[in-house]
Amino acid sequence: MTALFGELWESMRSFLERIGALARFFGRLLWLTPGGLLKVRLLIEQVYNAGALSLVIIMTCGLFVGMVMGLQGYDLLQRIGSEDSLGVGAAMALLRELGPVVTALLFAGRAGTALASEIGLMRATDQLSAMEIMAVDPMRRVVLPRFLGGVIAMPLLTAVFIAISLYGVQLIGVQFFGVDQGQFWSQMRGTVELSDIREGLIKGLAFGVACSLIAVFEGYNSLPTAEGVGQATTRTVVVSAVVTLILDYIITALLL
Amino acid sequence: MRPSRAIDISTGLFVLLGLVAIAFLVTQITSKEVGVRSDTYRLKAQFENVGGLKPGAPVTMSGVTVGRVEKIVYDMNLFKAVVTMRIDNHFNRIPNDSDASILTSGLLGGQYVGLSPGGSEEVFKNGDRIEFVQDAIVLENLISKYLFSQAEKTPAGAAPAATPAAPAGKE
Repeated sequence: MTALFGELWESMRSFLERIGALARFFGRLLWLTPGGLLKVRLLIEQVYNAGALSLVIIMTCGLFVGMVMGLQGYDLLQRIGSEDSLGVGAAMALLRELGPVVTALLFAGRAGTALASEIGLMRATDQLSAMEIMAVDPMRRVVLPRFLGGVIAMPLLTAVFIAISLYGVQLIGVQFFGVDQGQFWSQMRGTVELSDIREGLIKGLAFGVACSLIAVFEGYNSLPTAEGVGQATTRTVVVSAVVTLILDYIITALLL
Repeated sequence: MRPSRAIDISTGLFVLLGLVAIAFLVTQITSKEVGVRSDTYRLKAQFENVGGLKPGAPVTMSGVTVGRVEKIVYDMNLFKAVVTMRIDNHFNRIPNDSDASILTSGLLGGQYVGLSPGGSEEVFKNGDRIEFVQDAIVLENLISKYLFSQAEKTPAGAAPAATPAAPAGKE
């Protein structure tokens, strides 16, 4: 019995320790951010890695999410004769929830894992130690640009995802099922407000911070072995997904 | 130098695409003309109440879309809403005593303008005004009209004798 409690306490303590380390890591990154923003060269490279390289998967998934919303939404709405509201419903759902959340999950899978395994491998092959010996701070040179690149890329990816999804909804709803085009757009315009778009972009930014932070943290603190890098990559995806969904609830509750 | 330039260009493209997407999302709220073709003519109609009619809503005859609502303005001299519609030139033989009414599609659907043809020999030309209109039906007005008509009826004739089930004061 005591052994069980001891084990429980032990895992609890290591969990708390990890949270504390993450918070300290985040604080350090924020402290370094103003300087990091000035290194445009490094930043552009990482925006390219996190954003431009994720674009294809984001656009493909966005199109299909939109198309499936068009199918399901039309099927449901035409039963009560209000298929004209398809545009509003889809736009609201995409802007407020689906867009940011799905983008964040894809981002964690595409860019987050790349960051974690890259930094983890640098750790495993002693590149980070080599930098320290050369008096180059790996936090500034390696971690910070990657973190900022992800933070910049996420809101943009979210916007692209939502826009493409709306196109997908329109494709199925208007072109395929023949929902009236004027009603589709005019009802959407009548209902969607700037605050809804702001909510979507705020969520995109918040998820970008969370997912990038978790990815670089896991990579930086991975065990310097092949297995350690693999574990760090796995944890990045799992923790990012869980944190994204929890954060989503908190932000929605705050903004509603 | 070469690979770094390629990265710059694709990063620039990515950022541009993101900003375009944001701009698209922001501007799609503001009204934009949808599906109005160039070969159209304008008709106007004055309504007491347009309800939830919005620019871009369809103008239909017998359920077939023949045009779009272009804009809705409030005329301070007439104290009426003036709805400007653009009708496709294919439908250029609408009798000029046709009437326009604001209808609702489905139970929760959007509102649109329905035209029903009259019997006149003359047809509508560009810029004409539709004389006969029927306003949007506002549910509250309908209910209050019903209630008032009931209230007027009861004390006059039927109060003492008929309708024992419904107490007169309640209605």
